[in-house]
Amino acid sequence: MVKRFNYQGGFILAGVFGKLKTLKKGMMFPDKYDFLKSQLGKKPIEEASLSEEVVIPLSQHIGAPCKPLVEVKQRVLVGQKIGDSNGFVSAPVHSSVSGEIKAIEPRLIFTGDKVLSVIIAPDGKQEVAGFNGLSEEEIVCPDKVRAVVRESGIVGLGGAAFPTHVKLTPPKDKPVKDVIVNGCECEPFIAGDHRNMLENAESIIDGLRIILQTIGAEKGYIAIETNKIDALHHISNLVSSEKNIKVVPLNAKYPQGAEKQLIQVVLGREVPSGCIPCEVGALVQNVGTTIAISKAIREGKPLFERVLSVTGSGINEPKNLRVKIGTSVSHLIKECGGFKGEPGKVVFGGPMTGFALFDLSVPVVKGTSGIVVFKKGTASISDPRGCIRCGRCVQVCPINIMPNFIGQYVEAGMIDNAESSGVMDCIECGVCAYVCPAQRPLIQFMRYAKSKIVANRKKGGK
Amino acid sequence: MNSKLIVSPPPHIKSGETIGKLMGWTFLALMPVVLLDIYLFGGYALRTIFLSIIGTVVTEAVILKYRHMPVTIIDGSAALTGLLLALTLPPRVPYWLPLIGGFLAITFGKQLFGGLGYNIFNPALVGRAILFVSWPNILTNSWFAPLRELDAITTATPLLALRQVRAGTLTADLSVVYKPLLFLNRGGCLGEISAALLILGGLILIARKAIDWRIPVSFISTVTFLSLLARTNILLNILGGGLLLGAFFMATDPVTSPVTRKGRIVYGVGCGLVVMLIRLYSGYPEGVMFAILFMSAFVSLIDKFTQPRKYGLVKTK
Repeated sequence: MVKRFNYQGGFILAGVFGKLKTLKKGMMFPDKYDFLKSQLGKKPIEEASLSEEVVIPLSQHIGAPCKPLVEVKQRVLVGQKIGDSNGFVSAPVHSSVSGEIKAIEPRLIFTGDKVLSVIIAPDGKQEVAGFNGLSEEEIVCPDKVRAVVRESGIVGLGGAAFPTHVKLTPPKDKPVKDVIVNGCECEPFIAGDHRNMLENAESIIDGLRIILQTIGAEKGYIAIETNKIDALHHISNLVSSEKNIKVVPLNAKYPQGAEKQLIQVVLGREVPSGCIPCEVGALVQNVGTTIAISKAIREGKPLFERVLSVTGSGINEPKNLRVKIGTSVSHLIKECGGFKGEPGKVVFGGPMTGFALFDLSVPVVKGTSGIVVFKKGTASISDPRGCIRCGRCVQVCPINIMPNFIGQYVEAGMIDNAESSGVMDCIECGVCAYVCPAQRPLIQFMRYAKSKIVANRKKGGK
Repeated sequence: MNSKLIVSPPPHIKSGETIGKLMGWTFLALMPVVLLDIYLFGGYALRTIFLSIIGTVVTEAVILKYRHMPVTIIDGSAALTGLLLALTLPPRVPYWLPLIGGFLAITFGKQLFGGLGYNIFNPALVGRAILFVSWPNILTNSWFAPLRELDAITTATPLLALRQVRAGTLTADLSVVYKPLLFLNRGGCLGEISAALLILGGLILIARKAIDWRIPVSFISTVTFLSLLARTNILLNILGGGLLLGAFFMATDPVTSPVTRKGRIVYGVGCGLVVMLIRLYSGYPEGVMFAILFMSAFVSLIDKFTQPRKYGLVKTK
């Protein structure tokens, strides 16, 4: 606590803002991780080169998958819509390059599933389809903004990839009063959001204003952890004259950037179990998403690229890159000087919640926040033991469930007990497994229980 | 292309804490006491500790082998049980006693319940409890004068003396024992030799976050408070006997204590309460062992009633 408070002038901040807010439970990472993160946060965003082949999955979001709108051998332009669906909870996908469509076939994605994808061979010209933003008069009209956000294929860029226009359409009986822009980036190692806050701060504030106007919210908050002190200062200066936008500095803690946890920390409200944030009149958007909204509304630019970090002990030159959606992981690793030594594990996403890859040809999708490579030796297969009831997982769990007992229920096949112990509320942040001295695969237990419960409910419902 | 990449569920980074490390730190925290024992009692202390550890480790290895489970004696949990058991024994006991104790501790205290993590009671205390009721004479009459004559008291044990003074069968000024109790006490088990070194070990474990401070603090505070209430000698109740060994090293055994913060305080207070009930009203001068065993039986219940309120479990209109 004291250590973190001192961190990069936290005392001065406390003097300016009063006592800093932070998550009650959760945990702090050791200094060595913070150091890596702050080192990467100093590197400006670079433009990644085009790969030889771009693979754009037609389902990159939560909700209905898209149907292809293009044909093989057709030429597409940058930003051209290549897939869409009729579902409300869905988002179209766009080409990130100009070139010829080589194939439309199922391809492997990071989860290990095969998803129908459009494969494009870029011609390197990067010809752009005509973009048109909304005029000042049109921006005041919420329906027009929502339509543009949907057409631009914007989804939550923090990782969950929930279609943003759905979030911008709160139910009429539950008005949203407070909007939080999530600049926590509490995952260790990665720094894409950090760079975005330094380099695209104006767009973040503009995007937040558009959101506030569209849903008729009263107050906007930009939550930033104090381990990104430069971003905190930069954005504080920019919004100092804004009346309804406030910067909220938070002491760094994991998993503070999780939606419901952030609402609890910033607004002091708890989202009821099984409900979405609008239940308590709140809305959370990641900084990247906010930038995408601003770009889509002002310039008409659809979501075909994103900022992510390529980092870890097994990478020669860790970088923050602006990457075209559909670029393969192996291309990005080459872009960053290749592997340092022999790779042990390649993680798609952050080190706490990401997916370990077995095939590096998988493409970057809208929700990819980083690629972390661990050197051989630093990544190992853990050897799980029986629970010794040390209670560390109970002390850190941000939602106050008891991972130790749920893990044991799952091992014993007692799925009903796991359900009554609240496993469905688990946000899979991974802190329990991180602290476990017995190396128990607690997240795997949680996921297994959840999938069983969902399957049972489906069976019972029909 | 990369056929050797590791695929595993998240998180992909770990705190680095392991069972082996936790056991190792507990060993380290007990080392000062063990070294002082060996200095004072020489070969007798060494023999008792060594044979007790042999008893637990060999029993653990044989049973795990028989159960077709990986023989995980390397994590040190069985050896720690052996050391803790030895520390609850008087210095000079027959060589077979710690061996049998180790066997009983692992068999009836641990493996019959399913091994590490599944036992309800602290194995070392189970071993001692069986020895205590089977050979009470050996366990209560084997106090042994140290090889090196030091300025120490000569009564059986301080708590026994306290009891006799309260009953009026002995007249003595007990305040002379405070200093030896804190630093060097010969009338007691191997693990009761020095209160200062036990506190030092406990503080090491708390600083290292190997144990939760809530258990020893609530345990010892309850004993203090109840001694005050019962108008008996507070310092003797804390320093004499097995309270410090029990509060810092036995009651904090993660397997047999609650997992919630509140629960740990309830557990500590409960232990303190039972210790004082036994010391004041039963036939035994000492009750730490039985208090911890007794409270361990309630751990599941305590966990159940002290579970923190789940996030989002708010009343919806």
